[in-house]
Amino acid sequence: MPEPLLEVRALDAYYGDFQALFGVSLAVAPGEVIAVIGANGAGKSTLLNSIAGALRSRREAILFRGEPIGDLLAYALVARGIALVPEGRRLFPSLSLEENLRIGGQLGRAGPWSLARVYELFPALAECRHLPSTALSGGQQQMAAIGRALMSNPSLLLCDELSLGLAPIVVRDLYASVPQIVAEGVSLVIVEQDIVQALHAATHVYCLQEGRVALAGRSAELSREAISAAYFGA
Amino acid sequence: MEWINVIIQGVLIGGLYAMFAAGLALIFGVMRLVNIAHGDLIVLAAYLALMTTDALALNPLTAIVIVAPVMAAIGYALQRALLNRTLGPDLLPPLLVTFGLSVIIQNGLLELFTADSRRLNAGAIEVASFPLLEGVWIGVLPLVQFVAAVAVIGGLQILFYRTSLGRAFRATADDPSVVQLMGLDNRHVFALAMAVSLAITAVAGILIAIRTNFDPAIGPARLIFGFEAVIIGGLGSMWGTLAGGIILGVSQAVGAHIDPGWQQLAGHLAFLAILAVRPQGLFPKIQG
Repeated sequence: MPEPLLEVRALDAYYGDFQALFGVSLAVAPGEVIAVIGANGAGKSTLLNSIAGALRSRREAILFRGEPIGDLLAYALVARGIALVPEGRRLFPSLSLEENLRIGGQLGRAGPWSLARVYELFPALAECRHLPSTALSGGQQQMAAIGRALMSNPSLLLCDELSLGLAPIVVRDLYASVPQIVAEGVSLVIVEQDIVQALHAATHVYCLQEGRVALAGRSAELSREAISAAYFGA
Repeated sequence: MEWINVIIQGVLIGGLYAMFAAGLALIFGVMRLVNIAHGDLIVLAAYLALMTTDALALNPLTAIVIVAPVMAAIGYALQRALLNRTLGPDLLPPLLVTFGLSVIIQNGLLELFTADSRRLNAGAIEVASFPLLEGVWIGVLPLVQFVAAVAVIGGLQILFYRTSLGRAFRATADDPSVVQLMGLDNRHVFALAMAVSLAITAVAGILIAIRTNFDPAIGPARLIFGFEAVIIGGLGSMWGTLAGGIILGVSQAVGAHIDPGWQQLAGHLAFLAILAVRPQGLFPKIQG
């Protein structure tokens, strides 16, 4: 295995006195897609927020390109090439769709992604580029949130619950864009409740249960029973 | 003719009130901070202009070029060093801290400049005027002040809707935590907003100091006109703020014309009347 792009080493995370993650470790190789699955409250979003710098961690607990980044805040990590598609999309309601995309690219990090390239990836967005982001459908909003994150030209894209509240056909379309994103050299960590999509999109799967990694392996090699056991703790 | 004169005077002074209000509204809009020290910062700008004009023998209108960047720098530093620490889900801490700041500025100015009333002297422009119609005269200085106000508000509108900084302001107002995921440090964005606000404050503070006397304790009186103009115009709309300032200015001018003692009262009554009928203001803008 080549040197990992991202390495999480025995990460603990807390909300006040409540401990949400217990010694979670994982690794993402360049160009790889990994999925993090688990029930509600298993710590999936906490893990992504810690990697993205929305939550501060112990400095050495998260390594990016071999450098410790656990104590850096989100805005500094975007410049290094980590972007998060937050749970629930969180587009800026005062901004038009295109302004939402532009603000994603405001930092000016070099790379393949541009407005034109995002519209090419999601043609449905091009037609409503000047609409307020609140006027978009759920699927379009999710595309816009992915596009906004891609505009920062990340090396690592973290996606939190892409399928949340969306119709299955829309989810399928969204996941159809993943190979094109990977083809541009982006690695992905996908947090997902939709296990079928997650297993399909990812090469490696980590299953979290109550803040601990209950199961990890290549998605092709994990049995349904093993996943089910790790997921529900049966 | 007499009444036309009165209304024109009111409109022209309303531009100044709109500038007071624009700085307040910008800060509240971007970071939900009610700046109680805004009026005192207007007065501080006037004293900075007084020092600049004395030291460099400049016309106060020229001094704007120096004082506005200085006030912007003060705003940036103030936000980074102090006000950012007060921001959070609770509106009370910034309110208390800026109230304290207001007391400090007033007493600092009193210590340095005494309680004497001062005025900035802009020379011949102060009394220049030209006839608009038979019997209707426009003062050059009030006109300059009004044009400056329209330019400042138009400039703010362009800044907000046509530039990347304005986009960052609007996005930060929407969701300061997601803005950080865009690679923007919201502490820096807030400080830039305060810098813009205090640069406007400098322009407004100097223009009104040419027109009326000021002393270290006059800040709160300036602040209330700013607040009233914001509320009348409706939060979130720059042109609404201009309209709010004009309505306030015209009410005061009309009140003063009826009885000189009614100037302030008429302004406050107009404010209360609009608050009673349209509490959201005349041109509220929920989004955008």
